[in-house]
Amino acid sequence: MSLPTPSLIAADHICIRFGADEVLHDISLTVQPGEIVTILGPNGSGKSTLLRALLGIVPAAEGRITRQPGLRIGYVPQKLTIDRTMPITVRRFLSLPSRVTDAQAEEALARTGMAGQGAEQMTTLSGGQLQRVLLARALLGRPQILMLDEPTSGLDQPGEAAFYRLIEEVRHETCAAVLMISHDLHVVMAASDRVICLNGHICCEGTPRVVSTAPEYRALFGLGTQGALALYRHEHDHAHEDGPHHHHHGHDHSHDHPHA
Amino acid sequence: MGRTTITTGTTTAMIIPMLDDFLVRAGLAAVGLSLATGPLGSFVIWRRMAYFGDATAHAAVLGVALALATDLPIGLGTLTVALAMAVTVAGLSARGWAMDTTLGVLAHSALAFGLVAVSFFPNVRTDLSAYLFGDILAVSRGDLALVWLGALAVLALLAWRWQRLLTATVSEDLAHAAGIRPDRERLVLVIALALVVAVALKIVGALLIAAMLIIPAAAARSFARTPEAMAALAIVIGAASGLGGLALSLWQDTPTGPSIIVVAAGLFALASLRQQN
Repeated sequence: MSLPTPSLIAADHICIRFGADEVLHDISLTVQPGEIVTILGPNGSGKSTLLRALLGIVPAAEGRITRQPGLRIGYVPQKLTIDRTMPITVRRFLSLPSRVTDAQAEEALARTGMAGQGAEQMTTLSGGQLQRVLLARALLGRPQILMLDEPTSGLDQPGEAAFYRLIEEVRHETCAAVLMISHDLHVVMAASDRVICLNGHICCEGTPRVVSTAPEYRALFGLGTQGALALYRHEHDHAHEDGPHHHHHGHDHSHDHPHA
Repeated sequence: MGRTTITTGTTTAMIIPMLDDFLVRAGLAAVGLSLATGPLGSFVIWRRMAYFGDATAHAAVLGVALALATDLPIGLGTLTVALAMAVTVAGLSARGWAMDTTLGVLAHSALAFGLVAVSFFPNVRTDLSAYLFGDILAVSRGDLALVWLGALAVLALLAWRWQRLLTATVSEDLAHAAGIRPDRERLVLVIALALVVAVALKIVGALLIAAMLIIPAAAARSFARTPEAMAALAIVIGAASGLGGLALSLWQDTPTGPSIIVVAAGLFALASLRQQN
């Protein structure tokens, strides 16, 4: 990676605490224009918190976050709960905060597989439909970077495949960078330029090929991820090669995640 | 050209004597007020701030007491205290205090302090009930001008920030990502709320302001498909309640402020019936 390219967004040794709990420790990362970076990690590893910190929603207790001035971010949150007291159609939602024309709105909906559904009420959408609408809205802002928090969790498998094809297309057309969170290992490996393994700290990072052979990654996700149902278990006994990290979390994370 | 001037002249000539009629002034005051309470009330509902409106209104009574004690204009006293209250509550809730508890403490304390403070001025005690229940029939030309100016100011403020307010209301996270600061938008609403309370105090009174904010907007909900439609319809329902309440009050010789709310509640009940069908 060449150093002088100005990064879109950069975290410099950030720590995030909720009360006395340190959720994220000493995170440094950058996203360059046009690259697809995926953050992987078990539940509770601080993935969403990291994304929210980069967006400025959660303050960092230490370190600093730099965004390119005027950076256009297309954010797709993991979930969105609109109060049922607010009547709002999909079409109206797409015009927040910047108004778009009917033609632009319809085109964005068509791209995300929601053609002709602009008149639907937001509160009646299913989880998958909501994610498509959120993505359509994010694309309408002509983002320089898309930040996606588990964007495929409400989609079925064909929907998921189409989703990643669309992301790839958008990157190709607009040179937008993509920073996404996932715990879907297979697709991630195929779709990303760079993978960051997170578990309260950055365990390892690099190209999917490099990461998938790293001992830290194997410790986190186990080896049997090819199976239809991979139960992964992670313990904090993996070694760190990259300097003086001393993490002795007093608790043992044991996850049994059925991965379909 | 000449003809237009004549028409305008005639209209003005017709309106000015009409303003002499206390009923016309009362009707115009009710319509003016609903211009602000419709859209603002919609936000109060969407953001679940109903109790917040109540608290600000109760605090305004303390403002009345302070204004009477210091011989300052009542409007200034209520506006200052309502604003101070609103900003305090917003600040406390941002620090993670339980909203309902904080509001319960502050709202009722402010009301009680106001009532106790007023008891030191025996000559104003009768005045105060007008501020608790409002007296729309006593609205002067000056009051009318204040109501319309205040309502139009609130409307202009909301229109100016509309897209940002709406984004922050739909999702604070999406607002953040778009470079909008949700805390600033919350402050805009809080200021608008204090303004509305200050101008509405004379008309519906401190105890009924929250009703005027919430009931028309809630009735509008079942007919609306977009936020804008709900806000506009809330204005119409609010104005209809105001005029209907005046009529009811004339016809049955009932207190006017509560009559307005009774009509609004009736419209809400009708709207709820429609929703069930």
